[in-house]
Amino acid sequence: MSGGMTEEKPSFKREMLAALPSLRAFAMSLIGRHDRADDLVQDTIMKAWAKQDHFEMGTNMKAWLFTILRNELYSQMRKRGREVQDSDGYFTESLAQHPAQYGSLDLQDFKRALETLPPDQREAIILVGASGFSYEEAAEICGCALGTIKSRVNRARQRLQDILQVTGENEYGPDATSAPITSRAFVS
Amino acid sequence: MTYKTGAGRETTMSARTDNPNAQIATKLRALYLSVQEEAVPDRFLDLLEKLDAVERQSMPDVAE
Repeated sequence: MSGGMTEEKPSFKREMLAALPSLRAFAMSLIGRHDRADDLVQDTIMKAWAKQDHFEMGTNMKAWLFTILRNELYSQMRKRGREVQDSDGYFTESLAQHPAQYGSLDLQDFKRALETLPPDQREAIILVGASGFSYEEAAEICGCALGTIKSRVNRARQRLQDILQVTGENEYGPDATSAPITSRAFVS
Repeated sequence: MTYKTGAGRETTMSARTDNPNAQIATKLRALYLSVQEEAVPDRFLDLLEKLDAVERQSMPDVAE
């Protein structure tokens, strides 16, 4: 059974290899720990390999793999009772095992802030803000409507701004709800 | 950026920072790139080689 159509295989493998660095970064962003993230990547590779007949060469391999990884993560979370991500190990791992990895304390803080986001918002802002997908592609990967992705990204940004206070105290005032009312008073 | 208002109230401070979304975007990408720029671990290269080798010997049938 060798020969024949084997020429598609190397290229499938090569495209998969090319997408792996980003796939790992995605997994790491979702899970926060290298060991578990890489386990998830491995599961994804196996699944994708088994399903390669469903992949059309020339279409977006990265988006395809991200979709598989995401589905795999959520199915594992359902099976294990949502404990795939442990927020404790999320930070200790990076400090203990990869001291140089995230560079500045600044990034450590950011990583911590990212962790506090609800998973759906976190994946949305990662896909659009870091993985380089369009809103449309992100919606497809997450299996939801375009508007849903946009609102998740917006909420994620807002939440990160609040946590990191990157705007200082000025932008939103003492709290975000009273600020619009206060500023409205100055309009007239 | 300085906004002039009728009352001469200085609103410069509220527009002082860079776009906060840009700051978040920069950090998000930096974090992501810190992983993406790592070399692909050998375990994945080996795995792909094995999958490929198995497939060359027989048609794929086991998928776990």
